Amino acid sequence: MSETVSTPRSFQEIILRLQSYWSSKGCAMLQPYDMEVGAGTFHPATTLRSLGTKPWAAAYVQPSRRPTDGRYGENPNRLQHYYQYQVLIKPSPPDLQELYLGSLEAIGIDMALHDIRFVEDDWESPTLGAWGLGWEVWCDGMEVSQFTYFQQVGGHDCAPVSGELTYGLERLAMYILGVDHVMDMPFNDPQTPVPLSYGDIFHQTEEEYARWNFDTADTAVLLRHFEEAEAHCRTILEAEHTDPKTGRRIIMVHPAYDQAIKASHIFNLLDARGVISVTERQAYIGRVRALTKLCADAFVQTRAGGWTPESAA
Amino acid sequence: MPDLLIELFSEEIPARMQRRAADDLKKLMTNGLVEAGLTYASAGAFSTPRRLTLTVEGLLSESPTTVEERKGPKADAPEKAIEGFLRGAGLARDDLEERDTPKGPVLFARIEKPGRPAADIIAEVLATTIRSFPWPKSMRWGSGSLRWVRPLHSILCLLTDEAGAEVVPLNVDGIVSGDATAGHRFMAPDQFSVTSFEDYAAKLKRAFVVLDPAERADSIWNDATNQAFAAGLEVVEDQGLLAEVAGLVEWPVVLMGRIGEDFLDLPAEVLQTSMKEHQKFFSVRNPKTGRIEQFITVANRETKDNGATILAGNEKVLSARLADAKFFWDNDLRVARADAGNGMAPWMDKLRDVTFHNRLGTQADLIARMSALARTLAPMVGADPDAAAQAARVGKTDLASEMVYEFPELQGVMGRYYLREAGYSEPVADAARDHYAPLGPTDDVPVEPVSLAVALAEKIDKLTGFWAIDEKPTGSKDPFALRRAALGVIRIVLENDLTLRLSDGFEAAAGALADIRDAGAADTADLLSFIHDRLKVYLRDQGIRHDVIDACIAMPGNDDLALLVRRARALSEVLNTEDGENLIQAFRRANNILTQAEEADGVEYSYGADPKFSQTDEERALFEALDEAEARITPAMEKQDFTTAMAAMAGLRAPVDAFFTAVQVNDDNATVRRNRLNLLSRITRICAAVADLTRIAG
Repeated sequence: MSETVSTPRSFQEIILRLQSYWSSKGCAMLQPYDMEVGAGTFHPATTLRSLGTKPWAAAYVQPSRRPTDGRYGENPNRLQHYYQYQVLIKPSPPDLQELYLGSLEAIGIDMALHDIRFVEDDWESPTLGAWGLGWEVWCDGMEVSQFTYFQQVGGHDCAPVSGELTYGLERLAMYILGVDHVMDMPFNDPQTPVPLSYGDIFHQTEEEYARWNFDTADTAVLLRHFEEAEAHCRTILEAEHTDPKTGRRIIMVHPAYDQAIKASHIFNLLDARGVISVTERQAYIGRVRALTKLCADAFVQTRAGGWTPESAA
Repeated sequence: MPDLLIELFSEEIPARMQRRAADDLKKLMTNGLVEAGLTYASAGAFSTPRRLTLTVEGLLSESPTTVEERKGPKADAPEKAIEGFLRGAGLARDDLEERDTPKGPVLFARIEKPGRPAADIIAEVLATTIRSFPWPKSMRWGSGSLRWVRPLHSILCLLTDEAGAEVVPLNVDGIVSGDATAGHRFMAPDQFSVTSFEDYAAKLKRAFVVLDPAERADSIWNDATNQAFAAGLEVVEDQGLLAEVAGLVEWPVVLMGRIGEDFLDLPAEVLQTSMKEHQKFFSVRNPKTGRIEQFITVANRETKDNGATILAGNEKVLSARLADAKFFWDNDLRVARADAGNGMAPWMDKLRDVTFHNRLGTQADLIARMSALARTLAPMVGADPDAAAQAARVGKTDLASEMVYEFPELQGVMGRYYLREAGYSEPVADAARDHYAPLGPTDDVPVEPVSLAVALAEKIDKLTGFWAIDEKPTGSKDPFALRRAALGVIRIVLENDLTLRLSDGFEAAAGALADIRDAGAADTADLLSFIHDRLKVYLRDQGIRHDVIDACIAMPGNDDLALLVRRARALSEVLNTEDGENLIQAFRRANNILTQAEEADGVEYSYGADPKFSQTDEERALFEALDEAEARITPAMEKQDFTTAMAAMAGLRAPVDAFFTAVQVNDDNATVRRNRLNLLSRITRICAAVADLTRIAG
């Protein structure tokens, strides 16, 4: 075991340490995707890059939105907007568990004092048409991460297999920092001239979004946007593969995938507004899955997805 | 005789799969070895979260040489035939032996298969075992194509005898076998080599790994009960949880912690469910108050602070969990108390928006149907109709409560608490909890009349409903658990000895379904025969044969299951007597003669047998016996006293046998013949009043 690491003092210090740790392990430090998503997995750096044969190693913070989890900033643990830290390495290295445990040490969890367990958790994302096997990682009985070996994404078998790590940052940080209510958590160093708590930054937005998500979001507009995003995603992918202007082979997977992400988030908003019945729910999920599947089909036809003129011939 | 040690070391194996996997490893390996000629003295298999281990003792060091003799063509057979035989045997012409046989000289081959060293066989069998291992769910990792439950890291495969230990060389997708393993992930992560199973088990223990899951479970249970006892408390037993927890740790360390004061007033079921499902904690109860006051968690390591940090963390996580549960409980109680007997209106409103099944309406629709049905059924089970209807109306409203949304397994249990808070009577509140029963074949069935009415209403509505939309179970597919519902109906009726015509229930349920647009008319005859099929399975387990039940199902009133089963039991008992068994033979004979005569003559012999046309004493005796039997059977059947009726029927055996021995039915005299045929018809008719004996297998 390495020498004891100092305890971080703020939420952002934990993020910075994760960045520095995974950077030192050779991951590309990406930035959050610039769209509303429900989880870090939706970032194309995970969803699309887990497909195809090309090696990949990336890590990033992803702001994530789950409209139904909003509690007006009152619940100590629940937020409609929160952060995930995501690592994706393809092919999964043989020492991924050790690498992961190293990251926990890096953020101040002393392995000699805590009880870390890998507890069975099969991961499945119906909207991404994806599943994998792995664990939730427990630290003293608390789930601090999800650890998954991707087996399928967008209906495609993953070969090679990607290893995915997802850290729920707020929960993990609250535990390390010894904070009972997320809003009380120091966001930056409490010793600085302008100390800011998580609540200073997010309490008001939690209130605003909770009200909007639950009661005022215009469902007619959202329903229309869902239909538009769905249709748009398909038309983008139906476009001719050869760009008439440049004469190049350009399949517009990412623009299409943006529409799939959009549809997925709008579905979550409609769900929070309570306008989707139990039976309709499955149908909506199926519609989003159909889009991500189309995007996955298209991605493996691109160079980033492992396509080569030779493989096509 | 060498011993074999195998360890398959991987990333964490799901707890629920470990035991089965160890058994499979043992079975596949030992079967494979024996098939290849390697017998052994004993074998044992073990598992931890990270390893499957097999030890085989007293293995043969090589498989025995086998000799097979094969008979070939005649010595003078065409050259082609002999060549073919040689090819098949892998021999040359000179290797064959010519022997004289009664058919002339014939060629014989002696094929000798030399024994193979154990190591070769083990390597082959193990590679096959690994590649075809029956995990319930397996995965690939990295760039490989090998499948295992989680990434497989190393294979230890060691053959040990007096001369020492030797690695059995083996390479499965780049994983090369060796003699090394590693200890506890955190407490002793270094690799070490072993020389035998004893050495392996001892070194593992020094490296903080208890290999045997039973030993881990015992040590957890002992430590847990001791710690609880020392505090004047007791651990709530849970074998399933114990096995699971023993599969989550290699070095169990039991820690007992406190539940925050604020949460001690939560219902015991809520505390237990939350602690078990989310945290895999054991509940610790105060035997004086019956309250759950503390918990046991099992850590996977020792620490220098004796688990203080770990326990503090677990207590904190539990508090967060229970804060949620308490929030739900308080909210739900507020709704229940505000209701004051108003039909749990706020929850009922919610259930109007919750689909039960997209072709069978909402939960609220279901509740309305159940309530009407419970009212109809109430008199048949001795319940007050108003109470039964009310219990059905409010008994599922907890499905809309926050607690049940969070913990679906607490449905009904919570309903009972909430209904009591809302001022409903005990029987109505109890029905909320008990009407789901029985959920399993060994589950208790409800006994209180109101619960019975609601439990039957729930299951009969469900069966009739899914029959009406033609969603019946097929093969192994039974997504709506209709077989379980049918068995529930059967057990509730039989174990409470209810006199109940199921068809009445089906008709009433079908009537209530008329409002559902998508539902067609349920084929209630088909549904009844489904119930009968389940009944056969249920009775078969109690030693009653299929054909016996069929003979009773063919009788009128077969939708009264208690009646049907009484009849079947009586028939089964009588068939186990010598008289009963022989009567069946006699009955069959009578029936055959009669059927043939009726076919040949084109008439039906039914009535008019008259003693005055009797020619022999045996005929006259039979007439008397039939009169007597009928005199006993008819009143017995009116009282549904099947035992008496069946005994009277079996008593016919002697006179019927005597009749067949002495008398030729097809007499030359047409009058005598007709009279005898009419007599046979009387035998079959008397028997047929009791059960349809034509269905009894010969």
